Amino acid sequence: SLSFKMERKTIDLDQGWDYMQTGITKLKRILEGLPEPQFDSEQYMMLYTTIYNMCTQKPPHDYSQQLYDKYREAFEEYIHSTVLPALREKHDEYMLRELVKRWSNHKVMVRWLSRFFYYLDRYFIARRSLPPLNEVGLTCFRDLVYNELHSKVKDAVIALVDKEREGEQIDRALLKNVLDIYVEIGMGQMERYEEDFESFMLLDSASYYSRKASSWIQEDSCPDYMLKSEECLKKERERVAHYLHSSSEPKLVEKVQHELLVVYANQLLEKEHSGCRALLRDDKVDDLSRMYRLYHKIVKGLEPVANIFKQHVTAEGNALVQQAEDTATNHAANTASVQEQVLIRKVIELHDKYMVYVVECFQNHTLFHKALKEAFEIFCNKTVAGSSSAELLATFCDNILKKGGSEKLSDEAIEDTLEKVVKLLAYISDKDLFAEFYRKKLARRLLFDRSANDDHERSILTKLKQQCGGQFTSKMEGMVTDLTLARENQNSFEEYLGNNPAANPGIDLTVTVLTTGFWPSYKSFDINLPAEMVKCVEVFKGFYETKTKHRKLTWIYSLGTCHLNGKFDTKPIELVVSTYQAAVLLLFNTTDKLSYTDILTQLNLSHEDLVRLLHSLSCARYKILLKEPSTKTVSQSDSFEFNSKFTDRMRRIKIPLPPVDERKKVVEDVDKDRRYAIDAAIVRIMKSRKVLGHQQLVSECVEQLSRMFKPDIKAIKKRMEDLITRDYLERDKENPNMFRYLA
Amino acid sequence: MPPRSASKPSKKRSNPDSVTSSATGPVPSASSKKKASKEVDGTDKLFDKYANASSGVIDPEGIEKLCSSLEVPHTDIRILMLAWRMKAERQGYFTKGEWRIGLKALKVDTIGKLKKALPELEKEVREPLNFRDFYAYAFQYCLTEDKQKFLDTETICQLLDMVLGSTFRAQVDYLIDYLKIQKDYKVISMDQWRGFCRFCNEISFPDMTNYNLELAWPSILDDFFEWLREKQA
Repeated sequence: SLSFKMERKTIDLDQGWDYMQTGITKLKRILEGLPEPQFDSEQYMMLYTTIYNMCTQKPPHDYSQQLYDKYREAFEEYIHSTVLPALREKHDEYMLRELVKRWSNHKVMVRWLSRFFYYLDRYFIARRSLPPLNEVGLTCFRDLVYNELHSKVKDAVIALVDKEREGEQIDRALLKNVLDIYVEIGMGQMERYEEDFESFMLLDSASYYSRKASSWIQEDSCPDYMLKSEECLKKERERVAHYLHSSSEPKLVEKVQHELLVVYANQLLEKEHSGCRALLRDDKVDDLSRMYRLYHKIVKGLEPVANIFKQHVTAEGNALVQQAEDTATNHAANTASVQEQVLIRKVIELHDKYMVYVVECFQNHTLFHKALKEAFEIFCNKTVAGSSSAELLATFCDNILKKGGSEKLSDEAIEDTLEKVVKLLAYISDKDLFAEFYRKKLARRLLFDRSANDDHERSILTKLKQQCGGQFTSKMEGMVTDLTLARENQNSFEEYLGNNPAANPGIDLTVTVLTTGFWPSYKSFDINLPAEMVKCVEVFKGFYETKTKHRKLTWIYSLGTCHLNGKFDTKPIELVVSTYQAAVLLLFNTTDKLSYTDILTQLNLSHEDLVRLLHSLSCARYKILLKEPSTKTVSQSDSFEFNSKFTDRMRRIKIPLPPVDERKKVVEDVDKDRRYAIDAAIVRIMKSRKVLGHQQLVSECVEQLSRMFKPDIKAIKKRMEDLITRDYLERDKENPNMFRYLA
Repeated sequence: MPPRSASKPSKKRSNPDSVTSSATGPVPSASSKKKASKEVDGTDKLFDKYANASSGVIDPEGIEKLCSSLEVPHTDIRILMLAWRMKAERQGYFTKGEWRIGLKALKVDTIGKLKKALPELEKEVREPLNFRDFYAYAFQYCLTEDKQKFLDTETICQLLDMVLGSTFRAQVDYLIDYLKIQKDYKVISMDQWRGFCRFCNEISFPDMTNYNLELAWPSILDDFFEWLREKQA
């Protein structure tokens, strides 16, 4: 075995340091760019070992502390003698370049020296809890170079940034390197970058854009200003990507946005000829999309835009309504109702148009959906020429669904329109009013066989059900079902007649049995029917009783239709009339001439109804009866005679009765239903809550009922008082604003 | 409980909480029978002076006589107060039982004593808790039919004047004006009636600055408020 004994000679501090100094000097020469070969591994080893030995020598020759201090002093000396002077004599961009170079050099120096002195890092610094060599090195630069120059550097950088903003080319790589210094000098923290550079840069940027904005806002149109703003934001983002630290992006963007878009938001959006209102008016889709993009990222930035949008749509809607109103007042009744239908079409178009805006320009943002909804809720609830929007909409549906209504349109077009109509219903607060008008018109279509297409009828009911719930459409569905059953029933009736020839009334009879409750209520009074009809009624009753025992039949003659053969001189003509009209005409089978009073007594009708009937037969288009005197209106002193000379080119004519105005009755019925609905809601709420304050009860009531109508607060109050009198509720003894449920 | 006379109709009360119901006669206890019977005697004799001999109750004519004995106008509130004390059920009539209750409560058995007791009675009735009960009673007392729940506005006007007129002259005058002019309400319910009293007590008048339309005041008072506001403008 070989024993290896190394004899080490003790290195004296000065001696050792001298040696180290040679290495440091060599390094400095390399850094200065002077001709100097690189360190080779032996030189490196020697330097390293020198330090090692000096640290591991026995006291008093263990020089760790001294070496640590001299390490730092080496940097300090170099910086003071060479680095700082070099930097101090340069300015602006030149200074920046010099700084970058010197920093790079410094890092190299730190790297090399800390390798030489590495042994200190291993034990000495840990034992004494001292900063490691790397940190010491960087700290020197920070304390001596950075602290002196960072402000000047910052100014130079910002000057270049502004220069670039003005369109000049700058050395972006240089700025990146400079700013990296701020980051690195923070040694893991961003404080130096943020406090010594970023905060100033943000202030400068803010004031730069503030100046720009104040002149642009005067000179530019809204679209141009927005284009510039968008461009600026794009450029600033690029700036960050190229040389600022990424953490600056949100802060910088916020500042730019603030100066360009927030400060002048109002002036920009409200610019008279090019602001938001004008853009909407002129359908400037691209500009509006830009506006959305810009303001979307700003807190509460979209609110004013959405507001202007809402106002615009409301104004457009109101204009349509006003147009319809004006046309109605200026024209005759017929054209007025056509105008009202045109209105609905236009409202649908308006909705389609602005929904596209909401979806495309405004990216489906909820704020704009809400604005559109609120706008429509405002003008969709206005009355036009005395008709509520609920009625207009129901009439519109009737026109589509009835025969001769929309036969020119394809099935798809009809479906599409029905879909849109149902969507429009969502904006109408009096949905129950719509339902009632719709029901009345549906009844007429079904009973007088005026429905164009069963599938469409069912389709719209499905859509209404989806939107408003099953309860909304249950009655209507019942009506449609009744008609289907009625057809089956008619078949059985005809079979019955076949089997009971004696029962046959001798007239073709079709009866439609309606389930009360599904159908609107019809008044029907006891007219004295002609004998032929009386027999029909009896026969059917007999048949019906064979089918069910516990049902009561109430005949609604006002809905019946009769086909009469008119044996006129020229040629026989079939007259299609209502049952009442038939009853009047059949009187003339037995008597040639009758006075008004005769007819009144024989039929047992009211004056109002009889005048209407006689008018339709003697003063309208087809004069089946001759009236004496032949004035334009029926009076109680008139007398009537069968007009045998009547003729027409057709073989069959329909003699219509002018429809009774159902509006008043519908409104009355709906008001009545609403009272019940309010009562039911109040009782339901109180039953579950037992005790509740007035305001809360009212607001819960409104909420519960809002699906069908907007209840009047006064009406709710009155119902509450009624319920108190009926002992459903009482006021609390101590607090009269509190209500209790009485079981 | 003494049997009721056949001529007296039974009435259904709809507000059991505020108005007392059936009349009960005093039941003399065994020990004080002698004294009690003496009292009852005097009271009964007084009753007989005013009662209708055939019906056995004091009828409207009898009440008029009573009023003149007491030197009190026939429409005076004190008669109503007396009725309240008696828990009289039917307007215009006092039964023997009711008479006994009333006079016993007032501790009187002669007309003179009764007259002297009236101011005391009035004071008692005007105490807040009693007045509340009395006020509701006034309405109830005027209901003549079974299951009747409303009084016509004319009766209400008279009642308002009688019951609240002395304390709330201004309010009552305006209320009466309004009730006469308006067309929406033909009858008044107990709840609305109670509302009037609450209004007078709580709302500063005539400024009505503390009236709040958002609260649960009966709608008739909301309408009154708006009517008066318009008038004041």
